[in-house]
This record gives sequence, C-alpha cells and structure tokens, in this order.
Amino acid sequence: MYSENRDLMLELMGKGSELANKLQTQLTAIVLGHDVKDSAKELIGYGAQKVMVVDNPQLKEFLVEPYLSALTQLTKQHKPELFLMGSTKRGKELAARLAARLNVGCVPDCLELEVDEQRRLLAKRIVYGGNAFVTQVFRTKPQIVSIPRRKFEKPKYAEESRGEVVNISDIQLEAPKTEIVEVKPVEMVETRIEEAEVVIGGGRGLEKKEDFMILDELAHILGGQVGYTRPLAEDRKWFKEWVGLSGHTIKPKLYIACGISGVIQHVAGIRDSKTIVAINKDPEAPIFEMADYIVVGNLYEIVPALSVALRKTLG
Amino acid sequence: MVRILVCVKQAVDVSQLKVDSTTRRLIIADAPKKISDFDKSALEEAIRIKEKLGGEVLTLTVGPEEAKTTLREALAMGADKAYLISDPIFENSDTLATSYILAEVVKKIGAFDLILCGEASIDSFSAQIGPRLAERLGIPLITYARKLSLEGDTVTAERSLEESSETVKAKMPVLITVTKEINEPRTPSYMAVMKAFKKEIVVWKAADLGIPSEKVGETGSAVQVLDVLAPKVERKKIVIKGETAAEIAEKLAKTLIQEGIVAR
Repeated sequence: MYSENRDLMLELMGKGSELANKLQTQLTAIVLGHDVKDSAKELIGYGAQKVMVVDNPQLKEFLVEPYLSALTQLTKQHKPELFLMGSTKRGKELAARLAARLNVGCVPDCLELEVDEQRRLLAKRIVYGGNAFVTQVFRTKPQIVSIPRRKFEKPKYAEESRGEVVNISDIQLEAPKTEIVEVKPVEMVETRIEEAEVVIGGGRGLEKKEDFMILDELAHILGGQVGYTRPLAEDRKWFKEWVGLSGHTIKPKLYIACGISGVIQHVAGIRDSKTIVAINKDPEAPIFEMADYIVVGNLYEIVPALSVALRKTLG
Repeated sequence: MVRILVCVKQAVDVSQLKVDSTTRRLIIADAPKKISDFDKSALEEAIRIKEKLGGEVLTLTVGPEEAKTTLREALAMGADKAYLISDPIFENSDTLATSYILAEVVKKIGAFDLILCGEASIDSFSAQIGPRLAERLGIPLITYARKLSLEGDTVTAERSLEESSETVKAKMPVLITVTKEINEPRTPSYMAVMKAFKKEIVVWKAADLGIPSEKVGETGSAVQVLDVLAPKVERKKIVIKGETAAEIAEKLAKTLIQEGIVAR
C-alpha cells in the first residue's frame, strides 16, 4: 500500500487489513521519503504487518520518477496479490504508471472492494459521469486499485501490534523527468468542505455572486459551509472549487441544495449525504429525484425564511 | 514550429444517458456520443499553440467508423490531419490495450514535440491513458495542466493539485494531460466546418500497425467488466408544501429538528 497523504494511508490500512485477512496474505505498507523512519514504525500500530521504508534524500520532495521507480522495484520483488494506492491526483498517476510498468490492470477510485468465493477482487467505481457503478475484475497481478479519501475508515491505533520495519537501501532511484519550479499552496478554507457536517449548496439559480450571503447566513446558523456547483466556478468564475464528480465529493449529515438543478455530475458528488433537502422553483428539477425533502419554491424567499425559522427555534 | 499530437475519444454523452428503471441497466447501445470535453480542451490548446508558434496539429482516435464525426469536428476546430484507428479486434480494449494501440500509432507517425490528452474521458473517467501512453513512449508526463507555455525546447505547465498549484518544466517531447480550466474551446465557423471536409483522415487498421490480436480487445485487456448498474435511489422525496415561503420554511425547520437532522 502506498499514499503520499498520511490520512489516506491510514484509511488504506483499514481496508487493507480486511482484504489481507480475506486473502490470507500479509499487509505491507510502503513509506517513501527522507527522515521518515519514525512515521514508519507508527504504521504497525495501525495494522501493517510489515513496513518497507525507502529513506533517501532524493525522495525528500515528491517527484514521480524517483517514487515510481521505488514502488516498481519493491512490487516486482515482493509480488503482492494486491496494491492499494491512495487516490490523490498524484496517486492516480502513480497507480496508472505502475500498472503500465508491470503490464497489469488498474482500477482507479474504488468505492467498494470485496473478495468473492473465487478469491477474485471485485472493484466497484463510478462511471458515466455518475450515472452508474461498474464492477471490475482483474486478469493480471498485482491487482492495482486506487482508493479516494473518506471511503473507508481509519483503523484504531493499537500500541501492542507487532510487525517489522524493513529499511530498504538497495533501490535504484530514477532521476525525475520534470522539474518543479514553484509550489503555491492553495488557500484552504477553514474546514475542508469534505469534513463539513452541514453543507448548503448553491447553483445556477443564484443570479449574482453577492446573493451567496443568504446561503452563508443559513450555513452560519447550522454550523455548516457553503458549496458551489461547477458552472459557478468554471463558467461564471465566481469560485475556484466546486462540489461534484470532478470536484469535491462530500458526505455531510445534511445537504441543502438551493437553485441547483441536479445534473448527474453534481449529484455524484453529494450522493452519500445522509439527508438531502432540495429547493428549486422548477418542479421538474432532476434534483428532486435525489431529495429527502422537496421544496418547490424561489430560493430567494425560502432560504431567508428558513434562516428565520431555524434561528427562532435554535436560538 | 511544433508538431502536436492530440488523442481524442468519442465518448458516450453522459448527460443524455437513459436508465431502465426496473433493471437499473443503462441504455448504452444507441446513446448519443460526443467528443470528450477534456479532449476538446486539449485540441483547443494544441491549436492555440500552433497558431502562436507555427507547426501542425495531428489528432488521433481509436474507435469505430462513427468516430470520424469527432475527427471532423477536430479538423474544423483547426487540426491539420486526423487519424482514425479502427479495427473490429480493438473492440472492448481496456486502458492497457488502448494505450498499446496508441503507442504503436505514435511510433508510426514519427517525431513530435507534444502529445496532449484530456485529464480523463467523460464516460469512463479513469485518467489512465495519458500516464500509460507516456510510460510506453518513455517520455516525461505532466498531468492536470491548467496552463501551458512553450519556450525553446522546454514546456512549462501549471498544475492544479488538491492542496497546491505546482509549476513544472520538462524538455520536449512531453505528454501533457489537461483540465477543462485550461481554455474555452472554440466553436468552428461554418466556413471552417466546410474546409474541414477537404482535410485528410487517415484510416489505419491493426494490420497497418502490425498489431497482433492477442494484444488488444478482450484478450489483450487486463481488467474486465462484470456488470454496470445505475445506483439505487432510496430517498424519501417528501414534498413540503405551504401557502407562503414563511409557512414552508417553518414546516421544513420543524421537520429537520424533529427528525434529529438538525440538533437543537
């Protein structure tokens, strides 16, 4: 298993343990970097039976070719049944390239992973812009899959877990083919929207960027955040990020969609919300098919009224 | 002067997909197709680079005869020549097999400066073709580029990652996958569409590329599809009615609190 993202690595461990048990095979985590030996040991507590560490100054910064060459060599040497990669943009690229080097298959962004009676891995993911789930199986090994954040739970840390940490020093690292000129951190919202318990979504029903104030107010009362649909970011260029298939996927306890028609790509990003409320003046809006509570009405009237009603009761 | 290859896919138009609600099976057979949006941006970017620096844009697609429509669209936008790679044995090829086909095509076409692809296809969205093709060709890869510039033999790209924006450089030839944010693709004028009919579409079959059947199609693929089903929708769909906005809002607020969805 590998992910350059620590949180995602832990989530992989949970699912990884389950699959390793079912396949009766060992769970090995790979750590790449410089001065990373301590973090390696910690992974044993999260369920890794073995942690392979490649600690090398050339790996201080994430660059594909050096990281990829390490993963490729380790995979070739140890011949795992299954390789779990964390599905970040970097991870997806790593997974596909690792698969290319090993001449095997890769299924990205798996939402579900099961082992069937024939010991086949069944990998399930979303396709057709959110319209369908496809279940795929492999004809090659290792079976490489990538797993996105927040699909699986992090395991509990168990101090008493036993496992070995192996320091790998005989790896030939490839030189990077691209050069990083500059890295600019993206302004982070206080809480990442994926972690918000309540999200108020705004779509094309909003006429002016300033009108988001009414959504902000509702979000504030409910202790939530505001999310936007792709057209508002891409076409209108009001925002940089959005909620949807190719943007952020969220699973809040409550999602209130305001002035959102509910195209399939947006719905794919909110499908796992516990409760969905949809407010739209078009009675035929597709979002109503996905909603628990439907309000056919003008968001400019309903949303402020909802804020008032909630403020009264919640105080 | 640059020579740019653009890989495009004629994908299922996902916004027009229909589902059989009893079986949850998708009606794919006659679903409308269109050029994958990300590929369109890749084409547009290639054409803009050509307009700025001179050179040529070649577009290629692996697909059935009907994929020619997509190629005509690319030619109308400004590509100079198109390649349709079509053969019954290519059907049902996964990304491993498709990237193999594309690599053979690129090798046959010869020297190039850049290959542009979309970040992923709109129907499958697996984002593997670009990376796999770059590996097969042994060239540098830059993914998720939302801005590109060329200077001499170097390409510089701005990539949008989850928590950062990275500017990277590489020496050409390079393969780059682009996001939709990179540009707004043009709509070709009527004149351009008419002119496109005079541009060449080269058709290559497996034999033209020396591709053996065991390396493509289902036999040459590493992953297989077991089934494709639409998700179950199990939402309550309770309509909250009222005479006024205030009345509706009160009812909704009450429901949310009573059901414990909103905590007191």
